[in-house]
Amino acid sequence: MSEPRARALPALASALWRYVPVVLLLALWQAASDFGWVSTAVLPPLLSVLSSGYDLITTAEFWEHTAASLYRGSVGLLLSIVIGGALGIGMAWWRPVNYLLSPIVELFYPLPKSALIPVTALWLGFGDTSKILLIFLGCMLPVTIGAFNGARGSEQTLVWSARSLGASRLQTLRDVVVPSAMPELLNGIRTALALSFILLVSSELIVARKGLGSMIGFLGDGGNYDAMFAVVLAVAMLGFFADRIYQVMMQRALRWRE
Amino acid sequence: MAVNGAQIVIDRLSHVYRPPHGRPVLAVDDVSLAVSHREFIALLGPSGCGKSTLLYLIGGFLPTETGTITVDSRPIAGPGPDRGIVFQHFALFPWKTVRANVMYGLKRSGLPRAEQEKRAQAFIDLVGLCGFEDSFPSQLSGGMKQRTAIARTLAIDPDILLMDEPFGALDAQTRSLMQSELLSIWQRSPKTVIFVTHDVQEAVFLAQRVAVMSARPGRIKALVDVNIDRGDPHLFRSKPFVDKVDEIWELVRAEAIKAQQGKER
Repeated sequence: MSEPRARALPALASALWRYVPVVLLLALWQAASDFGWVSTAVLPPLLSVLSSGYDLITTAEFWEHTAASLYRGSVGLLLSIVIGGALGIGMAWWRPVNYLLSPIVELFYPLPKSALIPVTALWLGFGDTSKILLIFLGCMLPVTIGAFNGARGSEQTLVWSARSLGASRLQTLRDVVVPSAMPELLNGIRTALALSFILLVSSELIVARKGLGSMIGFLGDGGNYDAMFAVVLAVAMLGFFADRIYQVMMQRALRWRE
Repeated sequence: MAVNGAQIVIDRLSHVYRPPHGRPVLAVDDVSLAVSHREFIALLGPSGCGKSTLLYLIGGFLPTETGTITVDSRPIAGPGPDRGIVFQHFALFPWKTVRANVMYGLKRSGLPRAEQEKRAQAFIDLVGLCGFEDSFPSQLSGGMKQRTAIARTLAIDPDILLMDEPFGALDAQTRSLMQSELLSIWQRSPKTVIFVTHDVQEAVFLAQRVAVMSARPGRIKALVDVNIDRGDPHLFRSKPFVDKVDEIWELVRAEAIKAQQGKER
């Protein structure tokens, strides 16, 4: 019984050990203002950023902004996963769908998605829906391409095996093609997750009255740099934890690969 | 063509393989063959001779364009659970455990769930994988993977078993063990088996009849009956076995040389 715990502790220690460079970077940040290497107007001391961050998280306002951002990000990302994944698998499975969509995908893939910020604002205004549409459009293509490549790489003999074991074409799609696509699809979703943070914060910075991005904007405009840096840190941590949680989920889903 | 008692009748079958890039290749050329119920027949030939293509046509994985294939007098239309297949590289679902792989075909059998599970376990036990039910294919050796694939196919009780060089990816010891096991499974519950191989000894050891195929385009060059006593403990050194291997090897040798020259050209 004690064995897993005995292994868990060194695992935790080594995980913490990995982040020592981050601690060093934070120490350097504090030292830079303590020793006057950088003007505090440019880079406020870490400790004052942390203390104003602490003040911030005790306000309801901060959590309202966080909730708005999380809502937009998760709905947009979820839509891009469902629709983008379905399109990618459809392109791999039905040739006409591929003929129809692949030139469109090729054309839009290199487009910097932030260029759509004014477009979606023009269409849907400053509220949630314009951000959701932006994140959906911006995050969809990596998911589509991951699903397409994964599904297209599904082995012929696996498809044939399923068919000779009595599966219909649609059952084969569900039981063989979709799981075959999973490793690449999940990688595409990871890229989409990172993109969703970029698009979320940049769109909120430019056109929004709510959300962490807009908070960074108005704290900066008001000269409240300690708090502004605190929100930037909060966004960074949010992104980091979202990615870590996603990676753990992905490893679990793909544990058959070993 | 009507052949009394034949289960699978292949009549004047040709198949052109059209690669996405490059010119079309005549892979199977005017093949006619009748296979009886519960017969074990080997398709033997050099690599690239079209023997696997012929098997895939019988499986219904490739469309029949020229000629006909009938099973129990009905033309085949696509793959079906009456014709189970075992591939050289196992083709197990890597995201499913051994048990889930074996269960896959049973799910559509209409049997009650408990019955399905009992049946799956019986076939897992039959191929000696008891204790590995919850392992994923990536955790198994090549021999164990192929045992799983065989159990998965046998579990749905197909009338016909199509085997595409099933032991070709295994080491020599495992291969000879699996050959004996396949033979004993077949002797206990006979099925029609079409077994593709390029190994003369394997063909003579397993099959009642060997169809020797020519180098591309694939034609049936000779049909050789194999009547040997497989109970003989010194079978591989016995005169009937050695003579049969020599006889067939003579037929194959010329084709193997042709196939080799074809590749070098």
